[in-house]
Amino acid sequence: MSTQSSRLAARVMVAPSVVLLFIWMAVPLAMTLYYSFRLYRLLSPDRTGWVGFTNYLWFFNSPDFWLALWNTLALVGGVLIITVMLGILIALLIDQPVKGQGMLRILVIAPFFVMPPVAASIWENLFMHPQNGLLAAVARGFGAQPILFLEEYPLLSVIGIVSWEWLPFATLILLTSLQSLSSEQLEAAEMDGASALNRLRHIILPHMTRAITVVILIQTIFLLGIFGEIFTTTQGGPGSASTTLPYMIFKQAIAAKDIGRAAAGGIIAVILANIVAYFLMRGIGRHLDA
Amino acid sequence: MARAVSPRRKTLTTLAAWSVAFIIFFPVLWMILTSFKTEASAVASPPELLGADWTLENYAEVWQRSDYPRFFWNSVVISLGSTLLGLAVAIPAAWAMAFVPGKRTKDLLMWMLSTKMMPAVAVMIPLYLLFLKLGLIDTRFGLVIALMLMNLPIIVWMLYTYFREIPGEILEAARMDGAGLVKEILYVLTPMALPGIASTLLLNVILAWNEAFWTIILTTTKAAPLSAFIASFSAPQGLFYAKLSAASTMAIAPILILGWFSQKQLVRGLTFGAVK
Repeated sequence: MSTQSSRLAARVMVAPSVVLLFIWMAVPLAMTLYYSFRLYRLLSPDRTGWVGFTNYLWFFNSPDFWLALWNTLALVGGVLIITVMLGILIALLIDQPVKGQGMLRILVIAPFFVMPPVAASIWENLFMHPQNGLLAAVARGFGAQPILFLEEYPLLSVIGIVSWEWLPFATLILLTSLQSLSSEQLEAAEMDGASALNRLRHIILPHMTRAITVVILIQTIFLLGIFGEIFTTTQGGPGSASTTLPYMIFKQAIAAKDIGRAAAGGIIAVILANIVAYFLMRGIGRHLDA
Repeated sequence: MARAVSPRRKTLTTLAAWSVAFIIFFPVLWMILTSFKTEASAVASPPELLGADWTLENYAEVWQRSDYPRFFWNSVVISLGSTLLGLAVAIPAAWAMAFVPGKRTKDLLMWMLSTKMMPAVAVMIPLYLLFLKLGLIDTRFGLVIALMLMNLPIIVWMLYTYFREIPGEILEAARMDGAGLVKEILYVLTPMALPGIASTLLLNVILAWNEAFWTIILTTTKAAPLSAFIASFSAPQGLFYAKLSAASTMAIAPILILGWFSQKQLVRGLTFGAVK
């Protein structure tokens, strides 16, 4: 049905989205690239000039950078593993014939509606606080020492908080996928004597592949830029223990007021995102019939 | 895939499922409960539940100390405005991709999504400077534009997956009857795609409402939405648990209620067309 005129019309209709997104992406990126090769410190504004790769080298020579790189990947990977695994288990559980499924869904989806600063501050204060937090009270109730979550296990704590925020998303997509699986197929497999584990491996999980792909893709996009949760809870510390690449860039820009370095960090973050995206699309992209 | 099971097993799975759901929901519940306690009761050890001092004092104080209605209204304008503008730009694009797909449509969609992979912090300074130059700092219009562009890839993608499910023959029939392109979109496509557009609208209003980076960086007072309201509250006073909880509850309540009422629509939208 695509005649020449409708093709032209289609181009015209796609154009605004493409042009707007291109500007939104290209202009700040070009500016960031420009600054990344410049000496530009807000504290000494009159000293400017080209500095080549100095800003980049500062990152590569900083031990914090490699830690931040690892923390970024650990945060993304950790949250993905937790939310996908728990999401599958919870979806399997809720999909059973249980009473009040509608109400269950309402409870499970709730964290999705909590904005990141609120989620982070509830967890930091009401739960993880070593004196007044509920988890400390529970530990004391068992006669144990309260765990110093944000001091001793900062990255794991942040991973926990972010996983709580994203678990509803994963669970609900996986649950919807599960509900579209025909029960005849499962019953037939059951009658043929397939064990529960085999049914899960050969029928249920393959059916959920597409849904799992979408969960991983969408979550990775949002997780690579995680910032607010760290800012609210650990501020990247103690030391640099929970500093991710975005947070390290933020510290360079706001605390050190070194725009050139922050820009170089930004370019590195963009490159990292592209590498992750490349492997993601090669690894799971074929499941996605977008 | 509902199947017949023994009553005993049903009771057990019901119990297990409700326990899990309760644990996931519990932090929100605890926050709401804490918001109705006095400050002393909120930090009492062991934690108080039945014997707690209940009060509405925290809400009264938060209401008095900050201009909640202004933050709330800014949130409404920014999240709804950015979503509606996004829909206006994205509907034609998604239409074209779904009904006149080219060789590069798939790549184009992936490229759009990839623009979201750029960490916001990475381009924070240039965008701030651009907004400063254009006079858009601390304006609702500026935030509407920023959040619209931020969510545009998601909007296009969601609409595309909905539009693709509409049979092309219907559009051809409309064309035979002499409907032009605009009429075709307005009178044939839009009504059929309305449920999909509604889900897209909902999800993106929620994403925009909860956005807490650009809304804080690009505003100071006039245009600051609820994300900035809560950020200003939690920073200096970590120990005022009850008031923090009250402010937090006030920040998330509107979207929580909207989300709960539109749950079914929303879940459909969340799947990004991955699940038929």
